[in-house]
Amino acid sequence: MRPDSRIWSFVVPIAAVILALMIASIVILLIGKNPVVAYEALIKGAFGGRQAIADTIIKTTPLILTGLAVGFGFRAGVFNIGAEGQMIMGALIATVVGINLGGVPPVIAIPVTMLIGMLAGAGWAAIAGYLKAKTGAHEVVSTIMLNWIATYLSSYMVTEPLAVGSGTPKSPEIAESAKLPPLLTIGATEMTSGIIIAIVAAIIMYIILEKTTTGYEVKAAGFNPYAAEYGGISISKNITMSMAISGALAGLAGALEVMGVHHRFLGTLSGGKGFDGISVALIGQNHPIGIMFAAFLMASLRTGSNEMQFVGVPKHIIMIIQGIVIFLVAADRIVRTILIRKKKVRS
Amino acid sequence: MPPSLGGIELDKEYAVVMKGITKRFPGVLANDHVDLFVEKGEIHAIVGENGAGKTTLMNQLYGLLHPDEGEIYVFGKKVHFKGPREAIEHGIGMVHQHFMLVDNLTVAENVVLGSETKKGFLFDLNEARKVVKDLSEKYGLLVDVDAKIEDIPVGMQQRVEIIKTLYRGAEILILDEPTAVLTPQEAEELFEILRRLKKSGKTIIFISHKLNEVMEISDNVTVMRLGKVTGRLKTSETNPKEIARLMVGRDVVLRVEKESKEPGDVVFEVKDLWVKDNRGLDAVKGVSLKVRRGEIVGIAGVAGNGQTELVEAITGLRKVEKGKIIFDGIDVTGFSPRELRDMGMAHIPEDRLKYGLIVEYPAYYNLILGRHHRFPFSESNFLNKRFILKNARDLFEEFDIRPRKPEMLGGNFSGGNQQKIVVARELSHEPKFMVISQPTRGLDVGAIEFIHKTILRMRARNVGILLISMELEEIFSLSDRILVIYEGEIMGETRPEETTFEKVGLMMAGHRLEEVER
Repeated sequence: MRPDSRIWSFVVPIAAVILALMIASIVILLIGKNPVVAYEALIKGAFGGRQAIADTIIKTTPLILTGLAVGFGFRAGVFNIGAEGQMIMGALIATVVGINLGGVPPVIAIPVTMLIGMLAGAGWAAIAGYLKAKTGAHEVVSTIMLNWIATYLSSYMVTEPLAVGSGTPKSPEIAESAKLPPLLTIGATEMTSGIIIAIVAAIIMYIILEKTTTGYEVKAAGFNPYAAEYGGISISKNITMSMAISGALAGLAGALEVMGVHHRFLGTLSGGKGFDGISVALIGQNHPIGIMFAAFLMASLRTGSNEMQFVGVPKHIIMIIQGIVIFLVAADRIVRTILIRKKKVRS
Repeated sequence: MPPSLGGIELDKEYAVVMKGITKRFPGVLANDHVDLFVEKGEIHAIVGENGAGKTTLMNQLYGLLHPDEGEIYVFGKKVHFKGPREAIEHGIGMVHQHFMLVDNLTVAENVVLGSETKKGFLFDLNEARKVVKDLSEKYGLLVDVDAKIEDIPVGMQQRVEIIKTLYRGAEILILDEPTAVLTPQEAEELFEILRRLKKSGKTIIFISHKLNEVMEISDNVTVMRLGKVTGRLKTSETNPKEIARLMVGRDVVLRVEKESKEPGDVVFEVKDLWVKDNRGLDAVKGVSLKVRRGEIVGIAGVAGNGQTELVEAITGLRKVEKGKIIFDGIDVTGFSPRELRDMGMAHIPEDRLKYGLIVEYPAYYNLILGRHHRFPFSESNFLNKRFILKNARDLFEEFDIRPRKPEMLGGNFSGGNQQKIVVARELSHEPKFMVISQPTRGLDVGAIEFIHKTILRMRARNVGILLISMELEEIFSLSDRILVIYEGEIMGETRPEETTFEKVGLMMAGHRLEEVER
C-alpha cells in the first residue's frame, strides 16, 4: 500500500483505536484488573440491550453535530474552538423560543425552534469570523472568549430570568409542540429522533463540500487562501461564512439536546460536547462519514464506561483510550513520513 | 566513465575532485555518478538547466548534503564533511543564490558574524572594520564597511558575501547563480572581481545557466543534464550552441520568431498608479502605461523594484493608493479579482505554487479556478463534474500536459507541467488582456519554447499582454515595447529593435532613458 494512498484515511483511525485499546489494556493490567473483563463490560454497557443502545445513540447525536461543526471549519481553514459556546447559544435561544411556542402546531414549532437554534450558533460563530476577516483577530482566541461569554450568559439566564425549581439551575420546559418526537421509548429513556437530523446534516455537509460551488470555494480557501483570492474567491467573505456554517451545526447540536433530550435548558447541558467535537473531527479526518463513525465510537466509549465502573475499572480509562486515538490519528503524518522513508531506504 | 569526457590528467593539480557522486531524493535521482574535476586556480563553470542537479552537487561539496555514493577530494585529501563548518575549515566558501545576511547589521558585523574578532571577551568592532577594509582593498571588493545591509544595493550585498567567505579563509569559492539578481553592469563588475580573485590564486566554481556568461568568464565547463554530466569542455574550444545541445539534449531555438503586427486600440491603461508594499512603503510610484490589443508590453527590471506590487494592484489583489486603472474603457480601480476576471482579464502569476495552483486540488479543479462559479462549470451553485472533466481532458490534450491524468493532484506535476496547467487555464478564459509574470521561471528550455510560442499566439489573437520578467532575453524576444522599472518608477520606454541589453541594463540600475541615450 502506498503511503499516500487514500485507504489510509480509513486504516489509520481503525488501527489507532485497536492500538489504543491494547495500550489501555496494559494500564488496566497495571492497576490489577483483567482487561478482558473490563472490555466485556464496556461493550455490554454500550450495546448490551435496547436501553444501552438507545443511550449510545443519544450521546452520538450531539457529537456528530459538533464534530461536523469543527470538521467543516477545518476544511475551510478556520479552527473553530468555539463549538461549545455556539452549542450553548443554540440551546439557550432555542429554549427561549421553544417555551413560547405553546399555541403553534408541531409542524411549525419544531422546524422554527431548530432553525432559531442554528441561527443563534451561526451568529455567535460569525462574530469570530467577522473579527478575523476585518481585523485579523485569530479565531482561536476570539472563539475561546466567546465560549466563556456564552457559558456565563446562559448560567445567568437559568439562575435569574428563566430559573425554575431548585437544585441544578434550569429553565422551564419548552412547549410540548416544540419537542422532538422520540424515535423509540424504552422505559424512561426516549431515544431522540435527533439522530436522523444529525445524519441528514452529515449528508448535506458532504454534498456541500463535494458537489457545490460553495464547497469548492470553501476548500480552496482552506487549502491555499492566496490562490483562492487570485481565483476571485473573497477570503473575508469565506471566513465569515465558514464560521457561520460551522456555528450553525454546533447550534443545531444544542437545539436538538433541548428539543429531544432534556426539553429544557440545563446549566450542564453542553458538558464539553463542543470540545469533544474537536476530537471527533480529528478522528473522523474532517470527513462527514468519518465524523459519524468517530462520534459513534466516542459515544460508545462514554456509555460503556459506566458499566466498566461496576467491574472495578475506573471510567477514566476511556479518556486514556480517547487520548491515544487522537494522538495516533494526529501523528498520522509522522507515521506516513516514517513509512515513506523506510520504503526509500529499502529501494 | 565514457572516454569522450576525459578524466583526471596526472600533470594537473586539482583543487576539487568529486568522483562517482550519487544523490537520491524521494522519486528523484538528483546526481547520478557525477564526476567533477576542478583545477587549482581556474574558474570552472557548471552549467545545466534548472533541476539538472548543479546546486545539489555543490551542496554536497559544501557539506550541506551528504552523498549516497562517491568520493570527494579537496586539494588531494579525501574528505567527508559532516557540515559546512568542516567544509569551511578545508577552505571552501559558498555564496548562495539567496544571501545569508542580517539586514540590520553593518557590513563589517555581517562579515565576522559567527567568528567574531575579539578583544578579551568583548567583540572588537574596530578590528572587524579593519579586517574587512583590508580584504576589500586587497581584492578590489568595493564595500561600505559601516553601512547596514538593508541600505546597500544587491550587488554590494553579494560582495559582502564574497568577503565573508574570504574572511573565513576560503581558497575555493562556490557561487550559485550569482548573476541572477544583478543588472548587466553589476554582473560585469562581478566578473572583474572573479578575475582578480583568480589571479591571486583562488579557485572559483561558478554555477549558471546563462551561456554568454559562461563563455565570458570560465576556463573549463562541466555540463549537466538530468543529474548526469553530459560534457566536460575547455571554454576556448567550444561555443554556446554546443553547450546548449549538451544541456538540453537536442538543438534548441534560443530565440522565437515574432511576426510584425500592427496593434489595435488601447485595451488597458494605468494612470499615475501608486501602490504600497507589505511594510507600508511606497513600492509603485506613479506608474503610467498603456497596452494595445495584439501588443506585448514588456516590463524589465531587477527583482524587487515594485513589479510584484504593480501586478497585484492591476489584478485586484492589492489596494491602489492613488491613480487609475482603465480596462476596456471602464475605470476598474478597486475592482475585485473576480470582477476583473469576469470582464476578461487573465493573470499568470509569478509564483505559481502560491497563487497559481491549489496543490491539494486535482488538475481538473485547478483548471477551472476563477471560472468555477460560471456556466457550464457551475449551475445554480452545483458543480458540473462532467463539463469540468471534459474541459480538463481538452486542455490536457491542447497544451500537452503530462502525464495525461487530470485527476492527479496539482502538486504532483512537474514544474513545467504545473505552469502549463496555469497557462492553459488562463488562456481558456478567452481573455482580452493578460498580465503575465515570470512565465518561464524555473522551466527548462523546451517548456520555455512552448510558453513563448503560446504567448505569441495570444498576441496574434489580438490579446493585449503585459509581460513582467527578470530575464532580459525574454523581454527582448517577446515585447513590442519595453518599459524599464526601477524602485517603483518607469525609467523609460523603448523598443527591442532600437536598443541594446546594455542600455536597458543601465536603466535597470536607475538611469533614465535620456541619460542612457546621451
